[in-house]
Amino acid sequence: MEILKIDNLYVSVEGTPIINGISLRINNGEIHALMGRNGSGKSTLANVIMGHPSYEITSGHIEFLGKPLEEYEVYQRARAGMFLSFQYPPSIPGVQVGNFLKKSVASVRDEPLKARDFRKELNQAMSQLEMDKSFLSRYVNDGFSGGEKKRLETLQMMLLKPTLAILDETDSGLDIDALRVVAKGINDVAEIAGCLIITHYQRLLDLVKPDYVHAMIDGKIIKSGGPELALELEDKGYDWLEA
Amino acid sequence: MSEQAHDAVGEYRYGFHDPEQSTIRFDKGLSEQVVRDISELKNEPEWMTEIRVKAYHHFISRPMPKWGNCSMLDDINFENITYFLRSSKQTEKNWDDVPDDIKNTFERLGIPEAEQKWLGGVTAQYESEAVYHSIREDLEEQGVLFFDMDTGLKEHPEIVKKYFCSVVPYTDNKFAALNTAVWSGGSFIYIPKNVHVEMPVQAYFRINAKNMGQFERTLIIADEGSSIHYVEGCTAPTYSTDSLHSAVVELIAMDNAKIRYSTVQNWSANVFNLVTKRGVAYSNSVIEWVDGNIGSKLTMKYPSVLLKGEGAHAEVISVAYAGEGQHQDAGAKVHHLAPRTTSNILSKSISRNGGRSSYRGLLQVTPKAHGCRSKIVCDALLLDEKSRSDTYPTMEVGNSSADLEHEASVSKVSSDQLFYLMSRGFSEKEAMGMIVNGFFEPFTRELPMEYAVELNKLLELEMEGSIG
Repeated sequence: MEILKIDNLYVSVEGTPIINGISLRINNGEIHALMGRNGSGKSTLANVIMGHPSYEITSGHIEFLGKPLEEYEVYQRARAGMFLSFQYPPSIPGVQVGNFLKKSVASVRDEPLKARDFRKELNQAMSQLEMDKSFLSRYVNDGFSGGEKKRLETLQMMLLKPTLAILDETDSGLDIDALRVVAKGINDVAEIAGCLIITHYQRLLDLVKPDYVHAMIDGKIIKSGGPELALELEDKGYDWLEA
Repeated sequence: MSEQAHDAVGEYRYGFHDPEQSTIRFDKGLSEQVVRDISELKNEPEWMTEIRVKAYHHFISRPMPKWGNCSMLDDINFENITYFLRSSKQTEKNWDDVPDDIKNTFERLGIPEAEQKWLGGVTAQYESEAVYHSIREDLEEQGVLFFDMDTGLKEHPEIVKKYFCSVVPYTDNKFAALNTAVWSGGSFIYIPKNVHVEMPVQAYFRINAKNMGQFERTLIIADEGSSIHYVEGCTAPTYSTDSLHSAVVELIAMDNAKIRYSTVQNWSANVFNLVTKRGVAYSNSVIEWVDGNIGSKLTMKYPSVLLKGEGAHAEVISVAYAGEGQHQDAGAKVHHLAPRTTSNILSKSISRNGGRSSYRGLLQVTPKAHGCRSKIVCDALLLDEKSRSDTYPTMEVGNSSADLEHEASVSKVSSDQLFYLMSRGFSEKEAMGMIVNGFFEPFTRELPMEYAVELNKLLELEMEGSIG
């Protein structure tokens, strides 16, 4: 099934063009890695798909689950199965993680949530991510280290069971042990979802095998290929693509 | 009914009203005769009548405050207020004996249910007097005195005489004078030495009539080593003309005692709420004001603590929510009068839709009060461009050994926070409600759970229509 379809997309932020003609198809069960230097427009693409209000689509077209993206409000995208793991998730002081997760899962899933089932699911996911129970009573991302934030993002992804998971530099700020744990979470989700993984580094892709790798420069996908492209980029950088 | 609800504030859930019930209703307006009539009607001792009359004259001669919100204060028409209204012949001990309309009102407000579940005692005041009052037998057996103030004065005049006006003299301010002149209802509580009242006791204040003035007077005395948690709530119908609520609360915490006084003020947006709350704390005692201001047109209220005994502690946690047409002028005053006294003040305010909230605080440390510590934190959250927040902190520090901290912040809800929450399946309204509830959480978590849940619901409701 085609989950995401992007056709010739152009995006501006406050009048500055950031994305300059991108086309991309993601089917379920596929893992796509999007690689590129800082400022190449990777995060912009992630935010545009999720619907951040600061980004303006100036031309082109995105479809999510066969429907034009503009027919969904941001929260409707989430409820329809879209998930973005934030590069810099903001803190929400005073809102406890446990309560937040319960409410979020309840709004995204259609069926009513049984407290006991949810707790079981939560415990399981948390132990898989090696997260301590004390997380649940902390405020969302408030005073969290970089690694803790990424774990919480991954936990949310596992609980929300998305059909499209977009991971914006989920690997940055993680040590190798944490990376392994988070990668396992991603692999679980990727079995059923379409995945778009934004990263700078090969090391996550050693643990999460991409089906497709795209190299992005100046808001364009310059080259697409299989997993071998990631190794090539790791090895040679991006300059050779610009030639 | 000629009284029409004011449509502009249709989100207020407690804006309903009953047909007016009165067994005795004074004509509108205030005079010495009205003051004397109230006292006579209540069959009070002469000393109380005298205080009332003196306070009345002080009220008349005292000018309006020249601070706060002067233009709103000038809108109060003291001649258009009913100063005394008795709606039920007596205070009942059984809800079934309370007149039906009034009983239904309190049922809609959830009071009898709360009483059964988690309260140690309840006073329900309707207009000028308590219509219902009860206390758990075990508390009574331990010697806890909990009455409405009128009954307190009848049954224990010696205690009332000793403490009445001892913490808030009628000369304190114009509205304390007014309250002292025409007070009616409120709570009287005495906790004997070393008795701990485990379950909170609650007073609920309801104004029903139009242009009503409610002037309850509360006195709580916690004897040495005792403790109590007192909770009060208040609501009123929404009318297009103003009502006035002007209470005085006096707390006395003897050595090693602890009083926590929690308020969720949710008056309708046509009520002036001008209240004086002050406690005196003796050695190693603790007074905590947990003060939430959600409703009213104008609130001017600064819960205070006089730290008179060595090692005493004051805690003031307050939140204010100011929506359209509202001004919450709230804050805290702490006077460190003895050595090694400590205080924490946390004030949080939210302004929305043109609302205004102000923090007005006073921290005083006298020259002989050595080794004191105080921390003040004021956080304001503005939900839009047209709303307003001000901070007026005053510090008077008389010696150099004091350890003082003051932090203040003003913030806005960031679009990143909203986007993040919406990306997790919350509508914009739900996201806003979550941020707002989270902002107030340091306050809400101090409330009994039932109050916290209610307050969160209330704030979520307030967020309706807040998204442009």
